[in-house]
Amino acid sequence: MNTEPVDKEAPDRLYTVTAGRGGADEPTLDSVALIVAESEPSPDMQSEHTAILRLCTRPIAVVELSAELELPVSVVRILLADLLDTGAVTARHTTPSTAQEGARHDSDTLKQVLLALQRL
Amino acid sequence: MPSNASEPLITAPGSTTRTAPDRFPLAGTVSSALKIVIVGGFGVGKTTMVGSVSEMRPLSTEEIMTQAGAEVDDLRGTRDKRTTTAAFDFGRITIDSTRVLYLFGAPGQKRFWFLWGQLFIGSLGAIVLVDTARMEDSWYAIDRLEHHGTPFVVAVNRFGPGPDLERVRAALDLSNDVPLLECDARRRESSRDVLVTLVHHLASRERGGFAPKDSM
Ligand SMILES: Nc1nc2c(ncn2[C@@H]2O[C@H](COP(=O)(O)OP(=O)(O)O)[C@@H](O)[C@H]2O)c(=O)[nH]1
Ligand SMILES: [Mg+2]
Repeated sequence: MNTEPVDKEAPDRLYTVTAGRGGADEPTLDSVALIVAESEPSPDMQSEHTAILRLCTRPIAVVELSAELELPVSVVRILLADLLDTGAVTARHTTPSTAQEGARHDSDTLKQVLLALQRL
Repeated sequence: MPSNASEPLITAPGSTTRTAPDRFPLAGTVSSALKIVIVGGFGVGKTTMVGSVSEMRPLSTEEIMTQAGAEVDDLRGTRDKRTTTAAFDFGRITIDSTRVLYLFGAPGQKRFWFLWGQLFIGSLGAIVLVDTARMEDSWYAIDRLEHHGTPFVVAVNRFGPGPDLERVRAALDLSNDVPLLECDARRRESSRDVLVTLVHHLASRERGGFAPKDSM
């Protein structure tokens, strides 16, 4: 892991990382939206943004970033919102995040999933 | 919070042993991700099942628990009143050059239900893992899945002697169209069969969809 460990002892750390913002008004990024870096980290970036950019030179899901950074998913979402705003990363679209019910998936997708499972 | 699941990958005799890599970046061409959620009580085998089919070592992370009135004593990773968190783990199976499937292991109890709303919307479907000694652990999850219309299958992990599947179906009040099967989450082939059963179930629900039995 090429990131600085976040100090989990400090109770206010989550607050500091996200500059005191709550996540409520942020647009919801799917937990498996695939994040891809579009630029190099710059020296003035906060360390978490730099760490994210280093981790997403290849596509990586929001939850994987969360695990690698040892930060809760909603904190990673807030950090990503900044990077998405500036275009430093893009998110590849995944399943719709509005429907409460299980999304319907086309038969080709299900067929390919079956084939992949049979290869296990 | 550990970035790797705390439990080692356990492989039963007779099953294929593999070493899943710790870091395994996706191909640059992958553009969409699917989700399946494995839900059940503590110790029922969720992490084991994720680990037995995942192409990488399962990762563990957490989400902030925002729901008011949560039973804080029971939660893992309690920090303070503002940042109570709940842990979950996940693994991954690459489907093809553009698609990847994520498998989540999630605690099914009522107090963790908020995770579903935030993390699992858009899932293909769910696997409910049941230990017949603690069937009541599954009631809430089954009730919510039915209520939300999320397709699911029920897999019974055998930890010892227990009721047969028809009795389990009755005890869980499962309708006949919900697939119910036995599994051993420690065996990759067995966990894979549960996933295959779920995908068949999804396909049979798709209106005008392909007939999975014919395509295999
Ligand atoms: N007999 C039996 N034991 C299992 C099975 N699946 C998991 N276990 C064991 O049950 C324990 C708890 O499993 P774990 O995956 O950590 O449960 P979780 O809390 O749901 O993630 C571990 O010691 C596993 O080896 C199974 O299918 N059969
Ligand atoms: Mg577990």
